[in-house]
Amino acid sequence: METAEKTLDEILTLAAGHFKVPREKLSPDEDFFKALGIDSLQTLDLLTKLENHFRVELPDYELQGVTDFRTLAARIQARL
Amino acid sequence: MLDLRQYTCLGAALRDALDRFSSEICLIEADRDREKVRLTYSDFKEIALPLARALEDADYDAGDRAAIIMTNQSKWLISAYALFYCGGVLVPLDYKLTAAEHLQLLAHSKSKVLIVEYHLWRAIMQSSEFQNIGTKIVLVTEAPLGVELAGAFRWEDFKRKGAPDFVMRQKDDVACIVYSSGTGGRPKGCVLTHENYLEQCRALTAWYPFWPGVRYLSILPTNHAIDFMVGFIGPFVCGACVVHLRTLRPEFVRDAFVRYRITYVSLVPMIVKNLERGLRAKFDELPSWKRAFLDAMIAVNRALTRRRPKVKLSRMLLSSVHRAFGGELLALITGGAFMEPSTMQFFYDLGIPVVNGYGLTEAGTALTLNDLKPFRADTVGKPLPGVELRILNPDAEGVGEVAARSNTIMSHYLDDPELTLETIVDGWLLTGDLGRFERGGHLQLFGRKKNMIVTEGGKNIYPEDIETVFDGLSVKEYSVFAANYIWPKKELGREKLVLVLRLEQNQKFDGKLQEEISSRNRRLPDFKRVSGYLIWDKDFPRTASMKIKREALAEEVGKTADRKAMVGL
Repeated sequence: METAEKTLDEILTLAAGHFKVPREKLSPDEDFFKALGIDSLQTLDLLTKLENHFRVELPDYELQGVTDFRTLAARIQARL
Repeated sequence: MLDLRQYTCLGAALRDALDRFSSEICLIEADRDREKVRLTYSDFKEIALPLARALEDADYDAGDRAAIIMTNQSKWLISAYALFYCGGVLVPLDYKLTAAEHLQLLAHSKSKVLIVEYHLWRAIMQSSEFQNIGTKIVLVTEAPLGVELAGAFRWEDFKRKGAPDFVMRQKDDVACIVYSSGTGGRPKGCVLTHENYLEQCRALTAWYPFWPGVRYLSILPTNHAIDFMVGFIGPFVCGACVVHLRTLRPEFVRDAFVRYRITYVSLVPMIVKNLERGLRAKFDELPSWKRAFLDAMIAVNRALTRRRPKVKLSRMLLSSVHRAFGGELLALITGGAFMEPSTMQFFYDLGIPVVNGYGLTEAGTALTLNDLKPFRADTVGKPLPGVELRILNPDAEGVGEVAARSNTIMSHYLDDPELTLETIVDGWLLTGDLGRFERGGHLQLFGRKKNMIVTEGGKNIYPEDIETVFDGLSVKEYSVFAANYIWPKKELGREKLVLVLRLEQNQKFDGKLQEEISSRNRRLPDFKRVSGYLIWDKDFPRTASMKIKREALAEEVGKTADRKAMVGL
């Protein structure tokens, strides 16, 4: 079982790698649209990557209104 | 298709369609790659009528309003039909709004019934305003067994035996109340009649018919005017099939095109552009000889389809591209926001016409549409049958406000006679959009006269609606504007919102204030955020009742400050 902090850390690392942004520039409470410079469609790409990594399925509605890494991590953690 | 001239209401047309096309498939619903529902018109009727009967037994009467808050799925359409069967008025709400916004619109529309998906109901129940909900009957779809529903019923259990009584409505009776904008101080509920929809359906299907065997991929939210018409009413009165996907993940959308051999799909410009990017990236990966061959085929196709689309020929010349879209795609339909001509031309050259149009919720669905005779990427097409357009006060270049008259235009704004009088003048809908007629009767759009933006995702954003997020901001006064309203531009696309600030005397704009603005801005969904701010050094002009005179302020700012004075957030 992954801890919430570990899940969050892995998300930040994966997001940084996927969108080629330095990991140290991302912080948990940051708005990921702005931090990664992505639009809502690119967010869906990130989610697919996260689902594959954590082996969970996240319905689209779970992510409605989610804009920061910490909340995203909590939604994933709840399904692990 | 049914001859819609013989009907006075949507319920009657749909009822006859269910009988006439009883053995045809009307709905397919898939969750990712798992098909969950496949219904014939006969199956659809068997599910909808017990729901209609249960609603009637619960005293849901003709003219009563019922809201639906659901993502695109079969239960959306089944519920809508059951409501129309009872003579009800449908209030389709945007599922992407917040729970507080949902509660506000439920109250504004005075909806007696609410049909809602469980995850959305859960959010509504948790809202601080929940105790004030006035909706009498709530049906919740897909609720896990045993969960607390605060008095709501499970949709799946809400059915009664026995034939319900069909309630006939007249053409001028209200069919739907559709909110064209949000939720700030002044929700705009467009009251649309049965005649509005029947006329719109006739006009659209005259140019782009459906027939049994056509499969329409429903991706735009069904509460949106476009999907409600071309993802429900249009296909159903023609015996076609609607395919719902429970996810918008690009990989599953791509898979659905092939799996269900899609004929038509409606997409917002943002998604069409995304498809273009994906295709261009794939083309760039091709070995040089294959790329040269592809480019040659595209050039041949472009030359041979200059006057009109030739679907079979294009499928032959560019077979691999068409196979990726399922091989039977006739057109991508787009609207609701500005579409770049180069993107439309890109798809047209591949033999996939992008049918763009122009419309407003206030006008039903569409006022103009590209009829592809020939394809024009630089316009929003010609007026649909039955639509009259004129350009008010044209300037030297022929550009002026577009006004429309048609049987598809809404009756009025709900409970807002003042706004209705401003918007519909002598039977003409003043659109607030600037345009001119081009050769061949095509309409070209050049910007907006009104203070609003439309995002690439097709969302109408009215600055007044988002100002509340800045309530209590530590400045003297502020107002949000569409940048193009302050600094008019004769073009559409890349529209932005700007926050105009008046600081207190001796107040400095410091890092703390900037952080406060940024932090509040982040509370808004990404598509509603302001892009920058501008510091204004005079008090805002106000009315006797101390309301900001927005038009006067925008004019003053526009005359005095340059667009470049806007500082990005």
